[in-house]
Amino acid sequence: MRLLPYGEHAVLVELDDVTVVPQVAASLGSLDGVAEAVPGARTVLVRAAAGTEIHRLHPRIRERAARPGEVVGAVHPPRLVEIPVTYDGADLNELAARTGLSPREIVERHCATTYTVAFCGFAPGFAYLSGLDPVLQVPRRAQPRTSVPAGSVAVAGPYSAVYPRSSPGGWHLLGRSGITLFDLHHDPPALLAPPALVRFVPT
Amino acid sequence: MIEIIAPGPLATVQDGGRPGYAASGVARSGAFDRAALALANRLVGNEAAAAGIEITFGGLAWRVRDAVTVALTGAPCPGLDWARAVSLPAGATVVLGPPTQGLRSYLALRGGLDVEPALGSRSTDTLGGLGPRPLRTGDLLGVAARTAGAPSDAVGAVEVRPRPLRLVPGPRRDWFAPDALRMLHTARWSVAADCDRIGIRLDGPALARARTDELPSEATLPGAVQVPHGGRPIILGPDAPVTGGYPVVAVLCEADLDAAAQLRPGQAVRFDLLR
Repeated sequence: MRLLPYGEHAVLVELDDVTVVPQVAASLGSLDGVAEAVPGARTVLVRAAAGTEIHRLHPRIRERAARPGEVVGAVHPPRLVEIPVTYDGADLNELAARTGLSPREIVERHCATTYTVAFCGFAPGFAYLSGLDPVLQVPRRAQPRTSVPAGSVAVAGPYSAVYPRSSPGGWHLLGRSGITLFDLHHDPPALLAPPALVRFVPT
Repeated sequence: MIEIIAPGPLATVQDGGRPGYAASGVARSGAFDRAALALANRLVGNEAAAAGIEITFGGLAWRVRDAVTVALTGAPCPGLDWARAVSLPAGATVVLGPPTQGLRSYLALRGGLDVEPALGSRSTDTLGGLGPRPLRTGDLLGVAARTAGAPSDAVGAVEVRPRPLRLVPGPRRDWFAPDALRMLHTARWSVAADCDRIGIRLDGPALARARTDELPSEATLPGAVQVPHGGRPIILGPDAPVTGGYPVVAVLCEADLDAAAQLRPGQAVRFDLLR
């Protein structure tokens, strides 16, 4: 584990085990004096609350980050969110050709795993879901689309994701879901906020 | 209530922003020059983070429907007294010219703007699409009654003169060649044409990398100096994406993010490196 200072009021915690990042973020976010703990792929950015000096939090951050599962009361069991998907995506056949699988096998593999919300970014409610079958891990499209419809279920690199709203995008589209991913009147506003678990269910 | 006659190049509603939702992918947003918005609000007797209008390179024109006390801070624009409370009668029309220095001006209205909040903030997020859309000709903006005290008869003094921006070394300084931080400090930089609330791109020498592999995405903060593959630094603004895959070589001191908000395209920039 490394603590990398990030400006006057924050520190970036780099973890050795990437699989515990969402849990460590949840645990650090509940520490006294922490305003916010934001997970990335292998890091958690901890921002101090007003009136707290970030370096004073370093010892407690180290302690908690070293034992992600052991903080009693800090972490609730992660929610499991099921996302219904119509698998008729524009890139299903291309991905089949590329992986040597049939479209049906791609769908089966995409639905076979339980994903973890690793972190959010790109757009409000856009969650990077880890746990993707290695066979389905392909680089982004060479030519990003200028517009990907809201609800598109996609894969790129080691992640799967669902586009919360229409936006440009370079991921491979497998299907679509009508689920609402971002709701201003919900706390947290992202349906898929770390460390939630996700399963895709074909409709 | 005021009626927008012309928004100028870009005018948005901004307040203290919506910090605390980064894990859901939501940027902080809020006034780019937070000290200037706070001063404008104090002058009219509002809470420091009340919603006002962030005006980019002047050009905002409005008609007053109901008498209101306002204050303009940040970049001074001809058309309205700078940094003092001004009472505008019903029917008055104000037309702001381009600022004489700086880039962003802040208009506070006594009582604050009456705009529907999203996640506790009335700020426009120009990238994430949260909060009210940028102002347009014909928009009617209500004024609320959330005051914190009487208007002030003081005259404010926010410095908008250029000075070196203070930096501290960033979390990924070891991803750069050993002289990168020194170069950030000694080189002459200028603000590129594509400079907005998402980021301020800088022209100057390319900062060489010690590592050329991809950095897995990690959370960012406004004021971080991120360096994409071309080697030209970007100072992240309040609407920047909350996670990114470019290494952060340095981070602006918080107070100097306000000064960065006033940088104009083409303007020279210097950095002071604090250790």
